[in-house]
Amino acid sequence: MSEKLTVYNPTGYPPKVKHRPLAPRLDTLDGKTVYLVDARFDDAEILLRQMEAWFNEHLPSVKTRFVQMSSVYTQDDPKTWEEIRANGDAAIIGVGH
Amino acid sequence: MTIDATYGVPTVALHTNVFRHVVRSVMRVNGMPRARVAYVPQPVMGKTPEQLRAYVDGIDPVSGRPVMQEVIEGLTKRLDEEDLKDSSFERSTPLLVEPDTEENLHNLFLENNWTDKLPIILPTEERVAAMLAHTSHAPDEVVGHMRPTGFREYWEYTVEKVAANAVMAGARPEYFPVILAIAASGASARGSTTSSAAAMAVVNGPIRHEINMNCGTGALGPYNHANATIGRAYGLLSQNLQGGSVPGLTYMGSQGNNYAYNSITYAENEERSPWEPFHVQHGFKANESAVSLFTGCRSTAFTLGVREKHWREHVRHLLQGMDPHSDPTFVLDPITARQFIDRGGFDTKEKLIQWAYENAQLPASEYWDYQLIQNYIYPRATYGDEPWASMLKAAPDELIPMYRLDDIHVVVVGGETNGYWRIMGCNYQKTVSVDAWR
Repeated sequence: MSEKLTVYNPTGYPPKVKHRPLAPRLDTLDGKTVYLVDARFDDAEILLRQMEAWFNEHLPSVKTRFVQMSSVYTQDDPKTWEEIRANGDAAIIGVGH
Repeated sequence: MTIDATYGVPTVALHTNVFRHVVRSVMRVNGMPRARVAYVPQPVMGKTPEQLRAYVDGIDPVSGRPVMQEVIEGLTKRLDEEDLKDSSFERSTPLLVEPDTEENLHNLFLENNWTDKLPIILPTEERVAAMLAHTSHAPDEVVGHMRPTGFREYWEYTVEKVAANAVMAGARPEYFPVILAIAASGASARGSTTSSAAAMAVVNGPIRHEINMNCGTGALGPYNHANATIGRAYGLLSQNLQGGSVPGLTYMGSQGNNYAYNSITYAENEERSPWEPFHVQHGFKANESAVSLFTGCRSTAFTLGVREKHWREHVRHLLQGMDPHSDPTFVLDPITARQFIDRGGFDTKEKLIQWAYENAQLPASEYWDYQLIQNYIYPRATYGDEPWASMLKAAPDELIPMYRLDDIHVVVVGGETNGYWRIMGCNYQKTVSVDAWR
């Protein structure tokens, strides 16, 4: 029978994961303001503009508002999030990677 | 996730389909496994408006349902029991692996993606103890934190966990203070960037000779035990201590990077360099030992010598040919270092750096049109960050600097068999004391 060895586990120690709640969803998008948030990565603006056009054609009762993140996507953007909270009902953000 | 959880606004995030595993994983470890997402095909970059409209009108390649159905339901469908469940969880990793045969342990390490796919030295208690004897720091002392990307959580690690990875790499115990210093930097050699970056580690000071590192002929190649195994340890400790480096999950480098096998690790040739050592430039005394870390190593420009007639044009073209988002580090054989002094009077590294800064220029319209500049610099420029905000005012044909002065570096290494030299595109992170880890 081959001898058994005891070796170290080489992996680090992860942090505890804490639950973060989802915001309640809307009953309807009719008459609501939906922010389209451009994360400014890899031509996301062009994709989101097409999504904006889709809303204008198919759901004209939805008010869309296109915004770009204030700086590079790696930086938090409380100014934009505050604007969305103050003036918007929902958000679509892209493109992530 | 922030807009949804912190600001209370229902949000759907759009991603491209190749990131589906990463997205799910990041959501889970950020406590939002049920965050709403929709996927479009990869790539978005470079597609026409018509092609992207087809994405919007088309099917989510992950769910198989229309993209806009995913988006609208993501914003309106009522949260259910699963959504409301507390998704918190604790997790840890054991200090030791369940005892097993040598063969089974090698297979386990390979299957768990704990190796670089090359054979490793199993980190037995005896071997780890021998490694730990070469530092004064306690085995359970926290060395640092690391993560593969800014969107993932930091993992923490101790001296003994670093030692385990050092053993696996085949490093000798006397190398351990250098490896600990590298680990303490928190600069991962296994970044998850889609650009496939590697790392570079430059060692300075007396430690180089104490442990017989190579700063001469073949220093960047597989010809020296210390260089090879310290560099290998850097890669292994990065992938294992940060929570992994698995393609499609915690590593998204599209092509991979062969530099990552040992993270371009070498000693600076201080004795044959006509200039100040790199660590002295960064606040250390010459007789102190330190290691400097660079990440984002991708591009390399290369040539022989510094010609009398057209050296300015040659060096300018090399700099202009680099991607402007990767800062240039001149990696010069000592012959070339002296040639730069002969040709341009650069009797200090700072003078060469100043010349490079003034001559690495592009027309503004070309500079701003680079995809990486569009992704990472242009948004900062519009936000007002300098020097880029001012550069936005340049006329399309006006020449503007590609790099910031402080982001250009010079290191001297090589055995003077010839005056070959290169410019590495990489980002300097920090210089860390090795002596602090003895």
